[in-house]
Amino acid sequence: MSDVIDRPILAEEAAARSRLRIIDCDVHPSIHAHSDIEQFMPKRWQEHLRTYGSHLRTPYIGTTPYPRSSPLIARRDAWPPTGGPPGSDLDFMRKQHLDPLDVEFGILQVLDLFIFSQQNLEFGAAIQRAINDWQLAFWSDREPRLKASILAGQDDTQLAIAEIERCAKIGRYVQINVCPRANEPLGRRRYWPIYERAQELGLPLGIHVGGYGGHAPTGGGWPSYYVEEHQSNAHTMAAQLTSLVLEGIPERFPKLKIVFIEGGFGWIPSATWRMDRHFDAFRSEVPHLKRRPSEYVKEHFWFTTQPIDEPDDARHLRSLIEWVGADRLLFSSDYPHWDFDDPRYAFKTPLTETERAKIFNGNARALYKL
Amino acid sequence: MARHIVARTTDIPPGGNKVFGVDGRDIVVFHVNGEFFALLNRCPHAGAPLEKAACVARLTSPEPGVYQRSRVGELLRCAWHGWEFDMRNGQSYFDPKRVKIRSYPVAVESGEELQKGPYIAETFPVHVEDSYVIIET
Repeated sequence: MSDVIDRPILAEEAAARSRLRIIDCDVHPSIHAHSDIEQFMPKRWQEHLRTYGSHLRTPYIGTTPYPRSSPLIARRDAWPPTGGPPGSDLDFMRKQHLDPLDVEFGILQVLDLFIFSQQNLEFGAAIQRAINDWQLAFWSDREPRLKASILAGQDDTQLAIAEIERCAKIGRYVQINVCPRANEPLGRRRYWPIYERAQELGLPLGIHVGGYGGHAPTGGGWPSYYVEEHQSNAHTMAAQLTSLVLEGIPERFPKLKIVFIEGGFGWIPSATWRMDRHFDAFRSEVPHLKRRPSEYVKEHFWFTTQPIDEPDDARHLRSLIEWVGADRLLFSSDYPHWDFDDPRYAFKTPLTETERAKIFNGNARALYKL
Repeated sequence: MARHIVARTTDIPPGGNKVFGVDGRDIVVFHVNGEFFALLNRCPHAGAPLEKAACVARLTSPEPGVYQRSRVGELLRCAWHGWEFDMRNGQSYFDPKRVKIRSYPVAVESGEELQKGPYIAETFPVHVEDSYVIIET
């Protein structure tokens, strides 16, 4: 029989389960109809959306460069019975996800309209702004468990800062989300004003995988298949972690907290080991770094768990968690997408009660001040 | 082995499925090409409800440009991560020895035969003129 789902459950885990509520750091709401966000856009951009529509920094219109694994990359059972795309019906989200899994808080991550991949930066900023308002009106106002993120595409830094200021005044957002595939690596100087402002406001910087930058998604160029592109999410995250650390963001903005979302965490140990080794050899090139890279990673960065790695030997997952550190991990489900992780079954290795409390609730509660 | 009368054959439309609570377990019964298959309603990978899985065909290709569909509707593709299973015995397509869904024998019997007994679901009204789906657990 299957040895996949039926791993042993520690007695303390079983006892803890009944009282531990979940904080899900990656929940995707969807726009039911364009008219829902048009009301938050000036007429000029409503007309632009209708007349010109969405144009990305990739050579395709109306589709993605790769055939995704399922329609709207969603779980087949997540299409609301009332119609509309998965993630667009709050009542159904409550019934299918928030209530049965006892989600205490869910952090909203909006990917609709390829918000961070628009070729026209002003249009991109207009839809980011509209979606920021829509998150409150359609989600947080109606369901206090759901917390909004400020979408602020960083390639027009001035527009991004203006939007961060506007939303911060409203005061109901728990993080600032920027694009994982921007025009330049995220540690570059042009983006520093955003990090400075995020630090002053005390809002974590969220970086959710996905979208298309102006560059190939892998360091090796354009892949052939979706499975390759999906794999590249982790490469992108590793590249951005390297950039942020080696360009000294934690040293320059020591109170800034950075969250990597949907990149998994299996790649982190080898990335930090290698950075440390190179730093030991080449530290004179980067004298702005006062400490070893792994020390910055262990203090300034958090990582959501999904898509969790599933090594053939579950003990290897156990080692990964120990190497990365349970303090750094935030549970995330990715609901309603196809590669959803169920909090009950995703970790195919036993966790101690302390680890569970941190990963499924405590770390996110402290980070987002919930 | 207990035999449970769970439904009239007409309760599960062709191509459809229905979930039954049997001895505290959720068992999903699929109706495909005139046959019924019963499986535990839980994907062995991550617990997804199999009632939401796609019923697909086996697709093989002996050479480029030529493909054949067979066993249409008899293979399951889980609604979440797309793991595939054979509805007939619960075996996974990718790792048949190690990963499988618990499956249960199914029989279809007429009301006339069943009324001769003995049968388990005493509360289920059995009529001579109907036929019924029986799960063995």
